[in-house]
Amino acid sequence: MNKIVRKEILSKQVVKLEVEAPLIAHARKAGHFVIIKVGKYGERIPLTIASADCSAGTITLVIQAVGVSTQKICALNEGDYITDVVGPLGKATHIEYFGTVVCACGGVGAAPMLPIAEAMKKAGNRVITVLAARTKELIILEKELRQFSDEVIIMTDDGSYGQRGLVTAGVEQVIQREKTDLCVTIGPAVMMKFVSLLTKKYQIPTVASLNTIMVDGTGMCGACRVTVGGKTRFVCIDGPEFDAHQVDFDEMILRLKAYE
Amino acid sequence: MIDKEYIKVQRNEPWREELRKQLKNKERMAIPRVKMPELEAGYRSHSYEEVNLGLSLEQAVQEAKRCLDCPDPTCMTGCPVEINIPTFIKNIERNEILEAAKTLKETSALPAVCGRVCPQEKQCESQCLHLKMKSESVAIGYLERFAADYERESGSISVPKQAVSNGIKIAVAGSGPAGLSFAGDMAKYGYDVTVFEALHEIGGVLKYGIPEFRLPNDIVDVEIDLLRQMGVQFVVNCIVGKTLSYEDLHTEGFRGIFVASGAGLPNFMNIPGENLSGVLSSNEYLTRVNLMGANRKDAYTPVITGKKVAIIGGGNTAIDSVRTALRLGAEKAMIVYRRSEEEMPARIEEIQHAKEEGVIFMNLYNPIRYIGDERGRVKQMVLQKMELGEPDASGRKRPVEIPGATETIDVDEVIVAIGVSPNPLIPHEFQGLHISKKGTIVVHPDSLQTDLPDVFAGGDIMRGGATVILAMGDGRKAAAAMREMLTQSAEKKE
Repeated sequence: MNKIVRKEILSKQVVKLEVEAPLIAHARKAGHFVIIKVGKYGERIPLTIASADCSAGTITLVIQAVGVSTQKICALNEGDYITDVVGPLGKATHIEYFGTVVCACGGVGAAPMLPIAEAMKKAGNRVITVLAARTKELIILEKELRQFSDEVIIMTDDGSYGQRGLVTAGVEQVIQREKTDLCVTIGPAVMMKFVSLLTKKYQIPTVASLNTIMVDGTGMCGACRVTVGGKTRFVCIDGPEFDAHQVDFDEMILRLKAYE
Repeated sequence: MIDKEYIKVQRNEPWREELRKQLKNKERMAIPRVKMPELEAGYRSHSYEEVNLGLSLEQAVQEAKRCLDCPDPTCMTGCPVEINIPTFIKNIERNEILEAAKTLKETSALPAVCGRVCPQEKQCESQCLHLKMKSESVAIGYLERFAADYERESGSISVPKQAVSNGIKIAVAGSGPAGLSFAGDMAKYGYDVTVFEALHEIGGVLKYGIPEFRLPNDIVDVEIDLLRQMGVQFVVNCIVGKTLSYEDLHTEGFRGIFVASGAGLPNFMNIPGENLSGVLSSNEYLTRVNLMGANRKDAYTPVITGKKVAIIGGGNTAIDSVRTALRLGAEKAMIVYRRSEEEMPARIEEIQHAKEEGVIFMNLYNPIRYIGDERGRVKQMVLQKMELGEPDASGRKRPVEIPGATETIDVDEVIVAIGVSPNPLIPHEFQGLHISKKGTIVVHPDSLQTDLPDVFAGGDIMRGGATVILAMGDGRKAAAAMREMLTQSAEKKE
């Protein structure tokens, strides 16, 4: 049982929860995720750790209400308990000095991007974040991402905030104007697919953090398997980050619909 | 090692001698082997209730009479934890069932579990003297289950004798059969044992793997409660190697670590179409149902309920999966196995039960690819027909492809149950372990000690996919060896 110590509503469907989990706060690194479950027969849901406070013993999770289980989590309040929280899971992000790193995130993907932007910045990189969403009110964590970014480019589909256009348009602007050494992309699978296609054209190494279906998150079930470079890999233990140019996004998109 | 002297002393007790005289061996041999009462096949194939109902007291006592109480009980050599089989059976015969249960618990932390899931026909029962005389073996497994169930239902469960607490902290990674068995023995020795479990439930494969119709979760929980009464602490949602590192465990004061993290990693065949939706591992399928309760109305975890379901493989997990598919409403539930039924590793009883429930066995077939529809869901499988050739390294006849003989069969769900590999988390995170090519942790064969002196390993993480009872045997062996190591290092200090 892990207590929710703080709750913030980021947008209509997105909440931020600070959750007591001292061991995880101590052990986690950028890129790690947790699995949470609410209720005895709740679903196990993977969520990337957005940030952690070692001294307070808390981790921060950002959840978008997309299905029954995530709605149930989003409905919890300060003082409520999450039945199960386990982690940190997955491999940590490979952090080093690359030069200029473009962080391309869409929607709720801004949350898992936050610790990566922070770590990349601390490693001395020039960090340019492209933050995209359908509309203004779905842009989240802008202030936090600005702390660790040399520049933040906002893109909205409807032009209600920042520039009108998709995340790819923002990324392409950067690529065309300056030498880009690495792109990191997190968001809906279809968005990552198009970021990957774009950066492949420009031959810019790109890492995608994948958010597949999982049950246990420890390598046991294989629900999360994806094809990377022609080989089957498990997102939970081999990932969640992979060379985006090698990922079979079309297969991944179909697999995400397996239980619809 | 079996303590022959101890067995002899027990066998020579007056009540045992008296009991032996009551019936002549010829009379004992003449009693037919008991039939396990079970739920009717048509009913049970749609129910999660336990299939085997257990023996009545009369049936158990009668079956116990069949045991000849041999001076050299060969059955015990067939048991990986060397349960004192004649002593427990003779206690049943004289109607001291609680004594029988106590005998079981001297060597087995989980008798109610083993009585249900052990492949007895390959172990204890395969060594029974009856077989040498062309008679069916004593139903040792049924009797074991009977004694354990009787004790549980009597409400007077005995807690094994324990040494005085020595306050030394021991960590166990994984709460499956190896971890539980190790924890039980270490608690008996007086150690302060904490079991860390990655999932949200204690029990490992006993909970996520084996279905309730074969091993009800309540049965497992009773055994776990007993360990709790012995002072064993359980921590769920804690992954050794991730949540707590090797160094963290040292900082916390743990003096010995037993790694029993199991063979969680499912194998796939790497054939075309295996990543289509609707093709999944038996681990995923069984976990969704057994651990997450996907068959319950109040559970949130979904499961695909195919109408034409193929399970690939011939082990117990394959049989568990196919019988689960029937219970989830499959109209056609098939086992696809590349060898013949004779080579199937599954327990004979499970194969029999599956047949009675209407499972179709497609032996000597091997899938070579899966075909999907426009939404990426599996709709057909292409099977290669096989025949048996010369024996292979395992001693079983090798399945050989019949050139050109393929068949295409409609399916809407495929469950791959072709085995598991060791869970890679601890091998990856603990620096200094020796890891084999197969991914197992390499240990000293006698002590189960790893290259890290305070780390021992057993069960599937060391074997790479075996049985509950072998894992339990490892737990016992490692406990004895770790105790010896800790005692010696304490003596050196003095």
